[in-house]
Amino acid sequence: MRIELVKRPQRSALFSMLSPFIAFALTIIAGAIMFALLGVNPLNAFEIYFVEPVSQVWQLHELAIKAAPLILIAVGLSVCYRANIWNIGAEGQFIFGAIFGSIIPVLFPQFEGPLVIPLMLLLGMVGGAFYASIPALLKTRFSTNEILTSLMLVYVAQLFLDWLVRGPWRDPQGHGFPQTIQFGDSAVLPELMPDAGRANWGFVFALVAAVLVWLMMSRMLKGFEVRVLGSSPRAGRFAGFGFNRMVFFAFLLSGALAGLAGISEVSGAIGQLQPVISPGYGFTAIIVAFLGRLNPLGIVAAGLVLALTYLGGEAVQSALGISDKVARVFQGMLLFFVLGCDTLIHYRIRLIGMALTKPNGAAQLEAAPKLEEAR
Amino acid sequence: MSANHDRANLLEVRGLTKIFGTLTACDHIDLNIAKGEIHALLGENGAGKSTLVKMLFGSLEPNSGEIFWDGKPVKITSPGAAKKLGIGMVFQHFSLFEALTAAENIALSLNDGSPISSIAAKARALSYSYGLPLDPDSLVGDLSVGERQRIEIIRCLLQTPQLIILDEPTSVLTPQEADKLFETLERLRAEGKSILYISHRLEEVKRICDRATVLRHGKVVGHCNPRQETAASLARMMVGSEVKAVVRAPAEGIETAPALLEIRSLSRKPATPFAIPLKNINLTVRAGEVIGIAGVAGNGQGEFFESVSGEVLQQDTGSVRIRGKDAGGLSITGRRLMGAAFVPEERLGHGAAPRMKLSENLLLSRHATDGKSFVGSGGMVKNSAVYSAAQRIITAMDVRKSAPDPEAAALSGGNLQKFIVGRELDRKPSVMIVNQPTWGVDAGAAAHIRQALIELARSGSAVLVISQDLDELFELSDAIAVMHNGELSTPLPIAEATFERIGLLMGGAEPGHAEHRMEVA
Repeated sequence: MRIELVKRPQRSALFSMLSPFIAFALTIIAGAIMFALLGVNPLNAFEIYFVEPVSQVWQLHELAIKAAPLILIAVGLSVCYRANIWNIGAEGQFIFGAIFGSIIPVLFPQFEGPLVIPLMLLLGMVGGAFYASIPALLKTRFSTNEILTSLMLVYVAQLFLDWLVRGPWRDPQGHGFPQTIQFGDSAVLPELMPDAGRANWGFVFALVAAVLVWLMMSRMLKGFEVRVLGSSPRAGRFAGFGFNRMVFFAFLLSGALAGLAGISEVSGAIGQLQPVISPGYGFTAIIVAFLGRLNPLGIVAAGLVLALTYLGGEAVQSALGISDKVARVFQGMLLFFVLGCDTLIHYRIRLIGMALTKPNGAAQLEAAPKLEEAR
Repeated sequence: MSANHDRANLLEVRGLTKIFGTLTACDHIDLNIAKGEIHALLGENGAGKSTLVKMLFGSLEPNSGEIFWDGKPVKITSPGAAKKLGIGMVFQHFSLFEALTAAENIALSLNDGSPISSIAAKARALSYSYGLPLDPDSLVGDLSVGERQRIEIIRCLLQTPQLIILDEPTSVLTPQEADKLFETLERLRAEGKSILYISHRLEEVKRICDRATVLRHGKVVGHCNPRQETAASLARMMVGSEVKAVVRAPAEGIETAPALLEIRSLSRKPATPFAIPLKNINLTVRAGEVIGIAGVAGNGQGEFFESVSGEVLQQDTGSVRIRGKDAGGLSITGRRLMGAAFVPEERLGHGAAPRMKLSENLLLSRHATDGKSFVGSGGMVKNSAVYSAAQRIITAMDVRKSAPDPEAAALSGGNLQKFIVGRELDRKPSVMIVNQPTWGVDAGAAAHIRQALIELARSGSAVLVISQDLDELFELSDAIAVMHNGELSTPLPIAEATFERIGLLMGGAEPGHAEHRMEVA
């Protein structure tokens, strides 16, 4: 018995739409089994995991705080992935955005005024874009695999930040704690509705970025270029679109958005640089991008869902004493089921009895895909 | 319905039907193939030939209908099952690994664990006994297309099939190679094997086929003896109406017309181990004329097209000149803006993005040249303008499709080609370069495309056609040059060109033997 994936000639539009929901439902089922095995009542656990964290207004603000970086990063990544360019290093670009943006409040704390925040945000985007330009350069000049280089640069960025906050940028009055000085008032990203909760402008940036990128991808020539080069590079070359230019465009755009997320997080939610400033936003955003079907508007919804898994993880830890690593498990299951559903949209499974046929190279290369029953 | 035993039928097909969504690709097809006959399957693109063959070879499952093999009902569920019955297939597009030897490629498909050396010996013996000499130890990458086809045929014959299906086998061969293939087919017939021969070359079908089944729009419209028909009557059966012969008015005053495309000492080093280097190519195409480039596939035509189109840039900017200006250093977009248009050989994935709509594929080659009408301020695409332009092309070229704006991959090859050629013609380019304009395109559509190219030239444009189809080049061209091993012969005026002379040049005879045209110097 052999299992074969046979490409479907037509994708079902209905199931392409439904796939994220099916994946979510499967995650819930698998999650229920996991909770049951851990010895807790799944219904009870789900209530604590998915419902309680969003039952009050201030909690919705927390959700927005967690969702903002996820959405910002994932929107940028969606452009990369549509172009068939695999930036896995958003976590590092996030950190470099945070570092660049923090130059002003850490090194020039005397500089105050309304210009500080815009400059910090700009520097954050420059930092993220700069860091993303490294794998882009390596790919275009030396044909290195961007998956490896961008991923490995994440660890470089994490260690660089660690060194900064323990070394040159450490707060001299900080009792030796590895952290920078607290940012001054004019370097803190304002909250949207200070009376209701902590959510800051980062969430607005995320929504604006999602809408702008959606416009670009669906309405503009640049988005067309991304889609052509991603789906058929040779046709893209025939169209006169340069692949190397696209590598830089996609990396710089996604790096800038990750950098913006980084500085927004540090300047808004944290208020200083620490050795660890992200619970893996840059990696979780990959799940967000795929759960949102690489569509910026879908990513907004997916970002909220994944933000909830973070909050839920904290909630089950405090309420049930289960490790908050359960959040990672949920995220992993979600990505697994999303990719599984996507695969089944593009391919169908065929079981082949060994006795019936022998694998045959020529036949399989040329065999037309089996068509699903259309009616 | 029971099998009819009056004639020794090897294969009988009764009421075979295949439905894709709303399209009935094959509608109650009946087909009998007798033992020891060469049976032609004729039909336009989209007539259902490929679908029928795929059902016979087990790669598609019919919705209804029966297949009888030797009088017994059978279900062909996979290509493996088809091979077990004794059905072999030689595909139009080869599936060979270039970096492996012929014998290794054959071993991969046999997959029965026998050692390569014994497979090589068997392949060698078989190839010589059928007059298709083949060195099993040669690398596929080094072989010509004709030799590669031999590997496919030998690979098929090694499985001792009773029925051999050949899909457009001569489309990649020189006239001399095709003759060789026909001898082999006649030998196979003499041995009592049956052959299902799919082709759009009616002269060939008349020459070697005993019977023909003609498909149109998924239905069998007739069975006939092609020897008693004329090419015109066969074409009429296929198309359902008279196929208009291509009309080529003699070009006048060409010698004094401005040179719109000039290629001067164009050379190119091979980019990959299997690429052909271009050697000192010179060619001039003047306003009002069609120049054809003949040659067996894989002799540098692809490399030449890439260099002229600007997908690959030249060191020497003067080696490609468009409308009197150096263009060698310009990208494909830059050359388009100078008035050139290009149609590559590969439709899906090169000339068109398969998963994109036709309107998006229109934008593919015209986003820069028609920037004003298709792209608005801020880089926003004017979708309605693109859509209506795509509809205009669809109407002008009679592109048949199942939805108003389908994905390119949803069209049959011929219809997609009509769209891709139409997309460029719609611009009225002053230089048009087409690689394989009617590869695999049915008679009706091919005549349409050829006529349109001639009319473009006569309206004052320079047209360069690269093709492996000699009939086509003789129909279209005012002069024919031959590309062989990266070198281009001097164009031979059509009045002096014969199949034999061109065929010899294609086989590698000295290019200098062709008479020189004065204007080229």
